[in-house]
Amino acid sequence: MSAATIVSLPDQSTARIPKMNFLTKENGLLSWLLTGDHKRIATLYLISITFFFFIGGSLAGLIRLELLTPQTSLMAADTYNKVFTMHGVIMVFLFLVPSVPATIGNFVIPMMVGAKDLALPKVNLLSWYLYIIAGFMVIYTMAAGGVDTGWTFTSPLSTHYLNTHVISTGLAIFVAGFSSIFTGLNFIVTIHKMRCPGMTWFRLPLFVWANYAASILMVLGTPVLAITLVLVVLERTVHIGVFDPAYGGDPILFQHLFWFYSHPAVYIMILPGMGVISEVISTFSRKRVFGYTAVAFSSVAIAVFGFFVWAHHMFIMGISNYAALVFSLLTMLVAVPSAIKIFNWAFTLYKGSITFETPMLYAFGFMGLFTIGGMTGVFLGSTGTDIHLTETYFIVAHFHFVMVGGMLMAFLSGIHFWWPKWTGRMYPEKISQFAAVVTFIGFNFTFFPQFILGTLGMPRRYAAYPPEFQALNVFSTAGATILGVGYLLPVLYLTWSLKYGAIAGNNPWQATGLEWQTQSPPLTENFLETPIMDHEAYDYEWLEQQQQKEVASVG
Amino acid sequence: MSEHDGQFEQKEEHEHEHHIVSPVIYLAILLALLVGTGLTVWASFIDLGEWHIAPGLTLFWNPAVALAIACTKMVLVVLFFMHVKYSTKLTKLTVACGVFTFLALIGMTMTDYFSRAWGRW
Amino acid sequence: MSDSTAISNSAAAETHHEHPPYQRHHFETVEQQADTTNFAMWLFLLTEVMFFGGLFTSYLIMRNWYYPAFVEASHQLNIGWGTANTAVLIMSSFTMAMGVWSAETRRKGALVLCLSLTFVLGLAFLGIKTIEYHEKWEKHHVPGLNWSDASFLNPASDPEVHKDYPGDQPLAPDMAQKAQMYFFLYFAMTGMHALHMIIGISILGFMIVRARAGAYTTGHVTYVENFGLYWHFVDIIWIFLFPLLYLISRH
Repeated sequence: MSAATIVSLPDQSTARIPKMNFLTKENGLLSWLLTGDHKRIATLYLISITFFFFIGGSLAGLIRLELLTPQTSLMAADTYNKVFTMHGVIMVFLFLVPSVPATIGNFVIPMMVGAKDLALPKVNLLSWYLYIIAGFMVIYTMAAGGVDTGWTFTSPLSTHYLNTHVISTGLAIFVAGFSSIFTGLNFIVTIHKMRCPGMTWFRLPLFVWANYAASILMVLGTPVLAITLVLVVLERTVHIGVFDPAYGGDPILFQHLFWFYSHPAVYIMILPGMGVISEVISTFSRKRVFGYTAVAFSSVAIAVFGFFVWAHHMFIMGISNYAALVFSLLTMLVAVPSAIKIFNWAFTLYKGSITFETPMLYAFGFMGLFTIGGMTGVFLGSTGTDIHLTETYFIVAHFHFVMVGGMLMAFLSGIHFWWPKWTGRMYPEKISQFAAVVTFIGFNFTFFPQFILGTLGMPRRYAAYPPEFQALNVFSTAGATILGVGYLLPVLYLTWSLKYGAIAGNNPWQATGLEWQTQSPPLTENFLETPIMDHEAYDYEWLEQQQQKEVASVG
Repeated sequence: MSEHDGQFEQKEEHEHEHHIVSPVIYLAILLALLVGTGLTVWASFIDLGEWHIAPGLTLFWNPAVALAIACTKMVLVVLFFMHVKYSTKLTKLTVACGVFTFLALIGMTMTDYFSRAWGRW
Repeated sequence: MSDSTAISNSAAAETHHEHPPYQRHHFETVEQQADTTNFAMWLFLLTEVMFFGGLFTSYLIMRNWYYPAFVEASHQLNIGWGTANTAVLIMSSFTMAMGVWSAETRRKGALVLCLSLTFVLGLAFLGIKTIEYHEKWEKHHVPGLNWSDASFLNPASDPEVHKDYPGDQPLAPDMAQKAQMYFFLYFAMTGMHALHMIIGISILGFMIVRARAGAYTTGHVTYVENFGLYWHFVDIIWIFLFPLLYLISRH
């Protein structure tokens, strides 16, 4: 690793955490459970999300262990179906969708726009409670015997053939959906109406733009999923409905309605992650993000295009060839704004003063893995290739490259980046750099072989497979073990740093966002007085002048 | 789309005063809505026929008229009862956004159902 | 930052200006708060539009597939009750709009009257809906729970409807069964709409109590205004449900 660093910490012998901050303002469990403070709600979210991430992760471990051998040696095929379904449900609805927005976004967006809180604090708290209710319902489902439809609830499998707990899972996702709607609604309103004086749209950090775009998708897409699941539940209870062909319904209609949400949901999951990367890349290369406007609008473009491509999940399901053609062409459009982002980040790095702190390492991981994940998405978006590759491990590898390699890397990058602001303490640098590298290596070992398995024709969602695929599966399982270590390490050292980390001071990264201009951890009201934004986003010269002024006034 | 808000919002905060719609307008809208309801019931009892636009594409006038009347009623409610006519550009944009996405859902789904009848290449 | 400055700074932060009791602390001005909640309400209505959007899409496709069943099944609905209910709901939207006007012009008596009228009209709507639902139950037209194809296999067995629509032909058994699909969508859509009405009426009850205490006539009309938006939205849904469910083909 390079010895160069931009980290500037206060003198550790005299520095202390400010006594008055959002964590110490009030004490007791009730002050947390009834809080309206966006930073406390973000903390609640962080804890609950981490909990569900490790449940989902353990299930992933079980899947990989089962696939170590070609036979169903660890669990029966039925159990395997339940395990991968619960893995998908938990990871998608209880981890990925709320991960960056509800934790990091909740924590920093009000500060980034210079507000005291989100526009609707009570709605924000309600959204956390809904999340927790959904979480309990999922846990209940698991305890009661699980569900084995896959996270996609494909009808008529979910409505007719299976007798597992489809209803409780469906309702859980319904509730989780409203949690996500309320978060998105809150963000949009906050970004529109709560900006501080001088904070124009084009002075907003790109993280805010990305979350704004994701919020549009949450508000407009999620209700369609909600009503679809209501219809599935009704269909199971009264045995008549619009999806099951036995009653005259159309299973493809279910697919249309489901993917109308679930494709945009992919962007709900990835856009906030892209926002994190924009912040991190700029900070650790000491440069304004190249093509700020293009990156900002590419987020909105992804959100808008995202509503017109959903049927590319259905090419082999019996939709008309003509519609498939149109949706395939539209899918190619989404690749453009995604590529704009990657290119602009690359140009931001060009001639920048790059340093390799942990958030930056994760961000590099994101850029590489997301590019691979995105490019393979183009293969799957073209009808001809898709027919060969869909429902194989190629698709599994593709969306894990985007979701795990992309979003999870971005989430960890963001957590490390804002950890000093959140807790007032630094995480230990060396071991976290090590964890970032371990994660990257483990990830590639786990999922790259799956691309090859997919092209060789190994189908997804089976507990057993032909013996000739074993070598690559062993590779994948070994990689998953390394990946697991990579995810456990941050939990350990971040917890350690709560007590023993170095005092971070206000702005350890020398970053320009408004959230770095206040104390860490921030006050409940975020700022002493309403800030006035008098410079462009990512203006490092302004920051330097500001610091010189401070030195001069102290001197 | 968001660029506009940035430019207008600051101004609007000062320019936009709370507009109070007069009860006379409300009463006029109420009458229009009731007439519309009567009209749509009356129209449904008459066979308005159909228009063969092209082979395989026929417009039935009855549902078209019923939907046209319903849409007109909706526009009246949105513009006057919900004050959108007197609201900020942001509110107008929000309404437009809702209509757009609703039509995207129905329209894009229908492209599949329409073209399925055309068979294979 | 040292402890002493942090404490003195936080003390400074807590000295805030005088503002009306209904202003939440994190807003700079009352106007900002009103604007914000109004926008939030609109966004919520967007999600509602998409929520019903899924139902409308399903309806559209099923209606095109099973048109004969949908036509005959729709003849089972009483057009008189349907029209009356539309009128009732439009009237309630008008009284709600007048309620907003009374709040804006600070007329407490008029506000309470308007809200109460809206409340009563809302209940009237639900009452009529109950009569209709009850009729469906008696005629075994509740899909899944109490269902019989008889009226569609042999329309003459249902003299009441048959005398108004003598042209209704007996449907083939598989098509007659699809009348169940129509009633499934009928109950799903009107039921979802009625659920929104029940929520609205409950909030109205709460608002009437608050309005009598003079809560909305002091210049702070946001709550009434935003509830008005919700109520009109529910009205709009019905404006579409009525022709789609009752008036498929009456000639």
